[in-house]
Amino acid sequence: MQRSSISTHIILILGALFMTLPIWVAFATSTHAPDTILREGLQIMPGGHFLENYNEVLFVEGGVMKKVTALAMLKNSMILGIGFAVGKVVISMLAAYAIVYFRFRLAVPLFWVIFMTLLLPLEVRIIPSFEVVSDLGLLDTHTGLIVPLIASATGTFFFRQFFRSVPDELLEAARLDGATSWGFFKDILVPLSKTMIAAILIIMFVVGWNQYLWPLIMTTKEENYTLVIGIKQIYQVLSEGGELPQFQKAFALTILATLPPVLVVLVFQRWFVKGLVESEK
Amino acid sequence: MSGVELKGVQKVYPNGAKAIHGVDMKISDGEMIVFVGPSGCGKSTLLRMIAGLETITEGEISIGGKSVNNVSPSERDVAMVFQNYALYPHMTVRGNMSYGLKNRGIDKATIEKKVGEAAKMLKIDSFLDRQPNQLSGGQRQRVAMGRAIVRDPKVFLFDEPLSNLDAKLRVQMRIEIKRLQRRMKVTSVYVTHDQTEAMTLADRLAVINEGRVEQMGAPMELYSNPRTLFVASFIGAPQINLVPVRHDGSSLIAGALTLSGFPDLPRDADMMLGIRPDMLKRDDAGQCEVRVDLVEQHGGENLIYGALTGATLADGEEQEICVKAGQDLLPAHGENLRFSFDPASAFVFDRATGERLL
Repeated sequence: MQRSSISTHIILILGALFMTLPIWVAFATSTHAPDTILREGLQIMPGGHFLENYNEVLFVEGGVMKKVTALAMLKNSMILGIGFAVGKVVISMLAAYAIVYFRFRLAVPLFWVIFMTLLLPLEVRIIPSFEVVSDLGLLDTHTGLIVPLIASATGTFFFRQFFRSVPDELLEAARLDGATSWGFFKDILVPLSKTMIAAILIIMFVVGWNQYLWPLIMTTKEENYTLVIGIKQIYQVLSEGGELPQFQKAFALTILATLPPVLVVLVFQRWFVKGLVESEK
Repeated sequence: MSGVELKGVQKVYPNGAKAIHGVDMKISDGEMIVFVGPSGCGKSTLLRMIAGLETITEGEISIGGKSVNNVSPSERDVAMVFQNYALYPHMTVRGNMSYGLKNRGIDKATIEKKVGEAAKMLKIDSFLDRQPNQLSGGQRQRVAMGRAIVRDPKVFLFDEPLSNLDAKLRVQMRIEIKRLQRRMKVTSVYVTHDQTEAMTLADRLAVINEGRVEQMGAPMELYSNPRTLFVASFIGAPQINLVPVRHDGSSLIAGALTLSGFPDLPRDADMMLGIRPDMLKRDDAGQCEVRVDLVEQHGGENLIYGALTGATLADGEEQEICVKAGQDLLPAHGENLRFSFDPASAFVFDRATGERLL
């Protein structure tokens, strides 16, 4: 054990470097002046233009896109991430509650239908979804951005498994205590699933934050862009040429886009792990 | 008035399995009834039907004179203590006890007062603000009872509430439940598979077997006057000795053993003789001889296990027998002892139907 721990540490450190180095390079490069990058390529050491670059990207109109600032895109991404995560948790908890606790015809086939949608990624239904949203006049709105995405087979499945592990006696005790269906859900099930909810919120926030294709076809106006779309746009401008390529801004935007999911996971990781472990209880 | 009445109650599951075959029962106000039987006999099902957690296929259950067949569990005004307590894990003891009252829209001050009173009665007032996972098994049990008591229900239902406790605590809680029930005078139905619990707690006992009530009555009545073979073998610890016998017109025959003193029994029918272990008395001129195999010393009494000499079973095995004797009778392994019993105190059952003949 003693001997192997050195080699395991080396492997660990190498692995960690391999994963984090690209992000570090992106960050370091984003703190240089554009001409330095053009002349010397990617940078490993941070430069002296951190405040200047990030200020321009975040707050100055026309600093990164034609009009919209990174702060506005950050806001859009936040709305998408949070709306996506909260919507998924609410919808899938209610669906799982119905499937597990109510005996209605077709409950089992319906569950499998929901489960099967796991096999169909968004891309398969993206044209019809677009059609529906556009007919409802919801293009370029937050509602249109979030609602078509919030049905979640994964979430429903997780909550179903969790609810099934809750002992039946709790339901029976609550029934004798005069709890209504809604009362049992709100007073017993939701508090019991707290850690589970936290874990799913975190996962779904990251997934929502990273949504690419749907926001891309959904948004036509610049002020509705999310950060991920912004990155795509700015790199497109770079490759199309014309002006002096603003690599430092592209990298700054990339760093800004990775930051919130990383922070969420770091801050909530204790809950996250607890939720995933406890669901087996 | 909050007696419970069951009239021709039946339960058939959707898959066709019949769990309860027509139960009639009258439980009077303030009485403590114990349902006892082996696992899977339907006693819990019957309790859950009274609670409203299982539907009634046929028949009628009424509480306090009113039919409750179509009344939801919460409106039946019954409280139940579950085997695994079923406490709400995320709520404090106070929260657990007040949840039912809150749902009934009772004001905060009254809830506080009732919870306080019940907690004091059960001696759990010092940990009202703890959560169930910070409590020991016995304490959780008390909280579960507290949750039932605060509601002031018409009927208490207990579903094997002590089976998760260790032996010592079980005896202690058993006595406490009995005291509490007597003090509160609430009609109670208690389900258990433990015949000691059943004997000690019950005002009346209902022995249930395969979805039927075999016999119902005071514990001692069932012990000394069982109506069927099943009741005789289920009630009493150690178990009653059962010896397969035939009657030849004058006496009972068990293998090479002849036992006299039994009148008027059908000739050559398959019968079962039942002798309680404490009915056998040490007697050098006794009817039966026992070859001692094992002696269990329980302190105040010894249980002597051995083979009944002469009585060989159909498959060639020896007939086992148990004798309850005083602590001074301590025979060695292999020793032969004679015992006598009064034929009038023994039972004779029909082996095919289980009916008591004598």
